[in-house]
Amino acid sequence: MKNTNEMKIIFDSRPVNEGLARVTVAAFCTQMNPTLEEVADLKTAVSEAVTNCIIHGYEGEVRKIEMVCRQRERELTVDITDHGVGITDIEKAMEPLYTTKPDAERSGMGFTFMEAFMDEVSVVSEPGQGTTVHMKKIIGRQ
Amino acid sequence: MIPDFEIQGTTLRIHLPRELDHPAADSIRKESDKIMGRNYIRRIVFDFSDTAFMDSSGIGLIMGRYRALGMRAGCMSAVCVNRRMERLLRLGGMRRYMSIQENENGTGIQEGSTE
Repeated sequence: MKNTNEMKIIFDSRPVNEGLARVTVAAFCTQMNPTLEEVADLKTAVSEAVTNCIIHGYEGEVRKIEMVCRQRERELTVDITDHGVGITDIEKAMEPLYTTKPDAERSGMGFTFMEAFMDEVSVVSEPGQGTTVHMKKIIGRQ
Repeated sequence: MIPDFEIQGTTLRIHLPRELDHPAADSIRKESDKIMGRNYIRRIVFDFSDTAFMDSSGIGLIMGRYRALGMRAGCMSAVCVNRRMERLLRLGGMRRYMSIQENENGTGIQEGSTE
């Protein structure tokens, strides 16, 4: 198939790498000719998912986060995986304003933002094994 | 990316950084807690003039400041907010807690102009 591309990066679950992850995805999708709005949407969604791995998945412990980006024609998918605590109730975790860490001033809006800015968001998680957030966005629709 | 904090009477003005993400929100939270511990602050103005990126960590920061100010009506405002940031603040439900202004002088962002 033409117009396909794939990238995988593995990085430490340090807050400074939230910026690295979103800039990397922005660079990966450049060749798809995205609008500025689409790039901004992607960056926010990726930042949310990576922040979740750091704060919730690994609870501040420094381990590895994997990010896989795939392009197929105009479709961009981003999978972000941690091997941390996992989520027991995914439906609850995705509810707006629900957070397990209100003391850390977390807004509980992470998944809401991902869903608002991507065309598709799904979560696969196993308690004690980790979590993968799968996101999809069609680029160049505007 | 170190943000500026400016105290004018009982108002704290926080000049937000270019990228308001989780590490930036953490450092602003620490500094503003310190300032609010030492000074009598009744109001916070969030200055978005340099801010091009924000995620839900920014919403958490603002909600936390609202709680710290005693959740009073009119205790916070956001100024110099561009369309993108307005959309994020609106999505985060922040219009319930503060006025969101396109510029310094209180011109609101028009409804329906962000999509």
